[in-house]
Amino acid sequence: MTDARTEVFAALADPTRWRLLEALAGRGRGTATTLAAEMPVSRPAVIKHLTVLGRAGLVERRRVGREVIFVIRTEPLQETASWMAGLASDWDTRLAALKRLAEQR
Amino acid sequence: MEDKIEREVQIGAPVQRVWELITQAEHLGTWFGDAGADVDLRVGGELELRWAEHGKSRGRIERLDEPTAFSFRWAPFEDPGGLHPVEGNSTLVEFSLAAEGDGTRLTVVETGFAGLDATPEQRKRNFGGNTEGWRLELGELVEYAERVAA
Repeated sequence: MTDARTEVFAALADPTRWRLLEALAGRGRGTATTLAAEMPVSRPAVIKHLTVLGRAGLVERRRVGREVIFVIRTEPLQETASWMAGLASDWDTRLAALKRLAEQR
Repeated sequence: MEDKIEREVQIGAPVQRVWELITQAEHLGTWFGDAGADVDLRVGGELELRWAEHGKSRGRIERLDEPTAFSFRWAPFEDPGGLHPVEGNSTLVEFSLAAEGDGTRLTVVETGFAGLDATPEQRKRNFGGNTEGWRLELGELVEYAERVAA
């Protein structure tokens, strides 16, 4: 496991962070205040979760005038999705080999 | 995509034959590993799979219900020395076998990717929370986000 992927897995393993990502994916951006309005947790908690997501590279923090906005970054998600697709394809290869072995006479 | 991989294959051989191929070391070391395997075939027993070019992986048998269910936890990731499977470095692989006509339907499900490398320390640093499976589809989220960004 690479450190980057480790951070992504750890960041994804929390339902509140998934909801934050979903909210950001739906709108492209949000502030801690607008995001907290949609979540069952407090604004400080939202900020902590956004920090975890930021460390994994899943959201980016930008200052726009007096506001801090958060935007979603899809590259680490894509990298993780394609890593898992690779594991699925490893299974297909193994199962095909097993099938050949089982069916040979 | 979820934190789960599920694959299925129809095999033109009886369940008992497929059961032997997935549980016996001499067979596991050819279709799964390519350089042999050791299996201590009992719940809690160790399993070692070897590859000529990638070293080895270790597993621990979790379930053994002949001839329909076989599962083990393994630590397959980028470690040629073969880590022992513990929480945070391993996933669960579950094989299910069902007779279908003269053949066998074999399903393999690998789960637990969401918990990888979530050590207690890391969980604390990541602000509490239990490690859960992903409820959303990762692929869908990526698509959704890219549509908005475009």
